[in-house]
Amino acid sequence: MLKSKTFVKKTRSGGVMKIVREHYLRDDIWCGSEACTECKQESTVLQTDACMESSLCSYPHYLIPDTNVVLHQIDVLEDAVIRNVIILQTVLQEVRHRSAPVYKRLKDIIHEKEKHFYTFTNEHHRETFIEREPGESANDRNDRAIRVAAKWYSQHLKTSESDTDGLKVVLLTNDQGNKQKAEESGLLVYKFEEYIKSLTANPELVDRLALSNDDKNEITSSKVLFPEHLPLSRIQAGIKSGSFVQGTFRASRDNYLEATVFIQGEGEDGTEILIQGLQNLNRAVHQDVVAVQLLPRNQWVAPSSVVLQDEGAAKDDNVEEEEEEKALRISAAEAARKATGKVVGIIKRNWRPFCGMLNVSQIKESTRHLFTPADRRIPRIRIETRQASTLAGQRIMVSIDGWPKDSRYPNGHFVRSLGGAGEKDTEQEVLLLEHDVPHQAFSQAVLNFLPKMPWAITPEDMVRREDLRHLTVCSVDPPGCTDIDDALHCRELENGNLEVGVHIADVSHFIRPGNALDKEAANRGTTVYLCGKRIDMVPELLSSNLCSLRSNVERLAFSCIWEMNHEAEILKTRFTKSVINSKASLTYAEAQMRIDDTNKNDDITKSLRGLNKLAKILKRQRIEKGALTLSSLEVRFHMDSETHDPIDLQTKELMETNSMVEEFMLLANISVAQKIYDEFQECALLRKHPAPPPSNYDILLKAAKSKDVAIYTDTAKALADSLDVAKVDGFPYFNTLLRILATRCMMQAVYFCSGMDNDFHHYGLASPIYTHFTSPIRRYADIIVHRLLAVAIGADSTYPDLMDKHKQSALCNNLNYRHKMAQYAQRASVAFHTQLFFKSRGILNEEGFVLFVRKNAIIVLIPKFGLEGTVFFDSKDKVAPSIVFDEEGPTLTIQQHTFRIFDKVKVTISLDASNIQHQKIRMALTDPVIPGVSVPVPDAEPQAKKPKLDR
Amino acid sequence: MAGLELLSDQGYRLDGRKATELRKVQARMGVFAQADGSAYLEQGNTKALAVVYGPHEMRGSRSRTLHDRALINCQYSMATFSTAERKRRPHGDRKSTEMSLHLKQTFEAAVMTQLYPRSQIDIYVKILQSDGGNYSTCVNAATLAVIDAGIPMRDYVCACTVGFVDETPLADLCYAEESGGVSSLALALLPRGGQIALLQMDARLHQDHLETLIEAAMTACKGVSKVLDEVVRQHLQEVSVLTGE
Repeated sequence: MLKSKTFVKKTRSGGVMKIVREHYLRDDIWCGSEACTECKQESTVLQTDACMESSLCSYPHYLIPDTNVVLHQIDVLEDAVIRNVIILQTVLQEVRHRSAPVYKRLKDIIHEKEKHFYTFTNEHHRETFIEREPGESANDRNDRAIRVAAKWYSQHLKTSESDTDGLKVVLLTNDQGNKQKAEESGLLVYKFEEYIKSLTANPELVDRLALSNDDKNEITSSKVLFPEHLPLSRIQAGIKSGSFVQGTFRASRDNYLEATVFIQGEGEDGTEILIQGLQNLNRAVHQDVVAVQLLPRNQWVAPSSVVLQDEGAAKDDNVEEEEEEKALRISAAEAARKATGKVVGIIKRNWRPFCGMLNVSQIKESTRHLFTPADRRIPRIRIETRQASTLAGQRIMVSIDGWPKDSRYPNGHFVRSLGGAGEKDTEQEVLLLEHDVPHQAFSQAVLNFLPKMPWAITPEDMVRREDLRHLTVCSVDPPGCTDIDDALHCRELENGNLEVGVHIADVSHFIRPGNALDKEAANRGTTVYLCGKRIDMVPELLSSNLCSLRSNVERLAFSCIWEMNHEAEILKTRFTKSVINSKASLTYAEAQMRIDDTNKNDDITKSLRGLNKLAKILKRQRIEKGALTLSSLEVRFHMDSETHDPIDLQTKELMETNSMVEEFMLLANISVAQKIYDEFQECALLRKHPAPPPSNYDILLKAAKSKDVAIYTDTAKALADSLDVAKVDGFPYFNTLLRILATRCMMQAVYFCSGMDNDFHHYGLASPIYTHFTSPIRRYADIIVHRLLAVAIGADSTYPDLMDKHKQSALCNNLNYRHKMAQYAQRASVAFHTQLFFKSRGILNEEGFVLFVRKNAIIVLIPKFGLEGTVFFDSKDKVAPSIVFDEEGPTLTIQQHTFRIFDKVKVTISLDASNIQHQKIRMALTDPVIPGVSVPVPDAEPQAKKPKLDR
Repeated sequence: MAGLELLSDQGYRLDGRKATELRKVQARMGVFAQADGSAYLEQGNTKALAVVYGPHEMRGSRSRTLHDRALINCQYSMATFSTAERKRRPHGDRKSTEMSLHLKQTFEAAVMTQLYPRSQIDIYVKILQSDGGNYSTCVNAATLAVIDAGIPMRDYVCACTVGFVDETPLADLCYAEESGGVSSLALALLPRGGQIALLQMDARLHQDHLETLIEAAMTACKGVSKVLDEVVRQHLQEVSVLTGE
C-alpha cells in the first residue's frame, strides 16, 4: 500500500507563519500516452497518431501550453481542432488561482473525451518535481517546472517508443525568456501564435488568437490618449483614506461619452457619480468595478440630454472628439449639476465576449477593423482579422484583450461567428448571449451523471416509495408539450370524500446534490422558452423522457395527496414519493372536450369532472380572499412547419381546464410551502410577492379617473373587487386594458430563504405563504423544494448546503436573476418574431388604444397582436409640432388634438430596418388626423402572403 | 478564489498521497531508561512521545482506588514548540483535558486492567510537533509504550483520523486538510477483533456516509497496526540480541 517514496519537506512562508508540509513524491504517475509501453496505466488519454497538420511540426506531437497561453488563448484551445494536449498540474493550479472562469472552461475541455486533454500531475512526480531555488521567483520556478516536465516527457516518449514514429512534445509559450531557456535545454518550443499560424488546415484559428502585449504597440500612434491607471495598492490606500470611492461602472445607453458609477450603499440604496468625457471615463467598460475620484465642485456637470453615438470610421486622433465633448458642456443650471468624478483605476474588469457586428475598414487590405457591439453601452472594439469580407454582415462575438493607454479603442480578438445578421437562428443566439442565458450544449461532465439507458425502475427505487400505478392519473398540458411535470387524479373514497392527487415529476431523484449535473442546473436556474425553441435546464433525456410524466409509462413522481369533501375543504394532506403510470396525456382542449361531452363516462373523464368541480370552488374561495386576476396579453405565433417563420399571431386563449390545472398547482404549492416551512424554519425556499408601494398605482388611478371609474388600492381584495366592477359602456375592452395597467403596477415575485426574511406574503395570490413545487423539470427552485420536502417526510437525506441559509440565499439571488433574464429573453424573442411577422406583412393599418402618454410620444397597444409600440411626435428631421404635456391627466395636446389614456387610435405598423443591429417596429398615426403629424392611410395591404393566411 | 483543492480530479491530495494512503509512520520503543515503558512515534510531521509508569501502587488520593482493576491515568500535553505559533499553555487547557480523557477511555478498553487491582498505570503523552491527527498519533505512541512496559493488552490499539471530501474518505489527515473544513472522524480500533475502542467526531456528517467513513477508518487503522507490529518485532529482536538470548 505504502510504496517507498522519497520524502521531502516543503517549506512555505507566508507572513510570519512558517508552514511545514510534507510532500510525497510518487513513481506511479503515468504519462497517459497510448504509445507508451513503460507506464502501467489502465486507460490512456493521449493518442498515438496525434496529428495536427502543422507546417512547423510534420511529426505527431503533443502540446504542452504554459499558464499564460491557457489563460489568454482558451478560446483557441477550446476549438475541436486542438487535440492531444498535456495540461501540467502546475499550469492547472496557476490557472485555478488566477481565473475561475478559465479554470472551469479548462476543466470542461479536460472532461471531453474527443479532445484528448491529459492532466499530468507533475508536482507529485518523483522526476519532475523541482524545488524553488534561492532567489528564484515563484513564477520562474513554475516556468522551470513546466520545462522540466516537458523535458521529462520528451525523454520518456523517446525511450519507451517501441514503434518509433517519432512522437514528440511541443512546448508552447509566449514568454521570450522561457522560450529561450527551453531552447537551450533542447526542447521543441514555439510561440503560440507561431504554432497556430502554422496549422495549415485551419487558417481561421488565427483570428481567434488574443493579442498579446508585445505586438499591440504598432496599432496606435505613440500619443498617449488616456491617463495611466493607478496600481491596486494605491487604489486601496485611496479608498481607505476616502479620497477614492469604489463602484460599478455603468455606461450610458444614449451617450458614449457619459457614464455613471454606482456606489453600493447600505442595503438597497446607493449613490451615483456622473462621469463625463473620454479622459475621465478612462477606458472603463460597462460593468467594470472601478475606483473614482470626485472632481472639485466647480467642475461638476449635469447629465446631458444629447444622444451621441460613436459612429463613423475609426478615429485615430481626438480632434473630433473634442468637438463632441464640447457639445456636452453646455452650461447647465446649477441645480441640475450632479456629483462628477473621474475614473482613476480599475479594480476588476468584467469583460465577457460581446455580440455585435464588424465595421469593415475602408482600406481594402487592412486587417484591422472596428467591431460594434450590439449593446450600446460597450465601446467599439478593434480586432484583427483576415476574413473581414466573410464576416461583414454576420453577427460575431469578440472578446476584449486589453485597452492600452495610447489607443482610442480597446483591442480584442474574434471568438466566433454566430451567423448572418437578421437570420432567425443567429438572432436567437444573440439574444440568448445578450441576456446571459447559459445555452451551450451540456458538457460531457454533466452528461456523465445521467442514468444509463435503457432505464427501468429497480427495487431499490421502490424503497420509501408508494406504488400508485393503479390510479387513474392523467396530465393536462398545452399542445406540443414534451416536458410534462405534473399529472392529476381524483377519485371518490369509500367514506364519500374525494381523494385528489397532484403528481410531480421526481427530478430530484435523478439530480443528486453537488454533482456536475446539479451545479449546471442550479446555474441555469430555469428553462427558457423562446418562440419555437426551448433552452433546457436539464438534459433532454431527463426533461423530455425520464422525468416527463408521459402516458402509459411508469414514472417516478412526488405526490401530494389530499382528502377533500365535496365543498373542497381539505381534511387531510399527505406527501409521498411514488410511482405512477399516467393513463392519458391530454391537451387543455381535449380535456375540455371530455368534460363537456356528456356521452363519455370513463374513469379519466370522471376524474376530470371531479377535479373541475373542485377547482371552481377553490378558485371562488381564492378570489373571495382577495387574489388578483390580472391580465397581460400573451401572443402565440403560428409557425410555418417548414421554414419556422411566424405566419400568424394569436393571443393565448384560456379555457376552464387551464384554470383547473392552475388551481391544483397553486394548492399543491401552498401545501408544500407550509410543510417545508413548518419543518425548516430557517432554510425553507419560499416565494413572495411584496405589495407594491402606493405610488406605483398612480398611473392606474389617474387612468381610471379619466373615465370616471373608481379604483381602490388599499388592499389586494379592494383592488380585485374594484377591477371587477370597472366597466365603461360601449367600451368592452376597457376592463382588460385596466387589468393590463394594473399588472404594470405590480412588484416582481421573488424567491427567498425563510431564515433571511420575515415577510412571506404573496400579494397576487393572497396567500400567506407560497413556494414553487410543481415544475421541477423547468425550474431549479422546485428541485430544492423537492429536496426539502423529501427530507421532511424522511424519503431522502439532506446535505449541508441545503441547510445553510446563506448559501440558500445566494442561490435564490441567482435564481431570481436567471428568471428575470429569461423573461427578458422571452420578450426579446417575441419582439423579434413580431418583427419577422411584420417584415413579411409589409405595412399594416390597425386599431389600437393609448396605453401611456409620455412627454413626446404615446404608447399604443394593438390588441389584435398584443403589440405595444411608441408613436413619437418629434423626430430629428421634422419640425416639432406644438406639444403640450400635462402630467396631471396625463394628457398630451398636439396642436388641437388631446390624447388621453384609453383613447382609440389608428396606426400604421411597419418594420424599421434602417439599423440592422437594432431593427424595430415603427408605428405612425393615421387616425385622428393631425396635419403634419399623422400619415396618410396606406392604400392597400400588400397581398404577398395573404392566401396562406386563409388556410 | 476558492481555498485549497483537497482532492484533485486525478485523485491526489495536497501532499501527493492518494485518498487511502497513510503518512509515513516511523517509531522507536524504549527511548527512556528510567520509565517503565516509552516510545517515540512519527506520523508524517506529527511527532509524539509516550511514557508509561506502572503498574504501581496508588499515589495521591487513595480514594480513587478501584478494587477490581487498575486505574489508568493519562496526561496529554503539547510542547510549546509544537505548533507554528508558540503555544502558551502546554497542558491543562480544555482541549488537553478532553484529549486526556479520550486517551484514558481508549486505554481502559485495551489494557487488561483486571490483572492489577488496586494499582495505577500512568500514561504521559507529549506532542512534540503537530501536523494533524494528534489524537491518533498519541494513541499509537502510547500503545507502543504500554507494550514496552510489558503491560498486557487485549490487542494493539491503533488509531487513525479520516475525513470526508467530495464523497471520498481521506485517510490520515494532515493539518492542512484538517483545517480545510473537512468533517473528520477519529477512530481507535482493536484490529484483530475489529472492536472499536473509541470513536470521536464533532463535525457534521450525514448519517448515510458514516458507514463508509468508519469502514475507511478501520482499513486505515489496520494499516497502522501492521506498521506497529513490525516495530515491536524489530524492537524485540534488537533487545534479545543485546541480552544475548
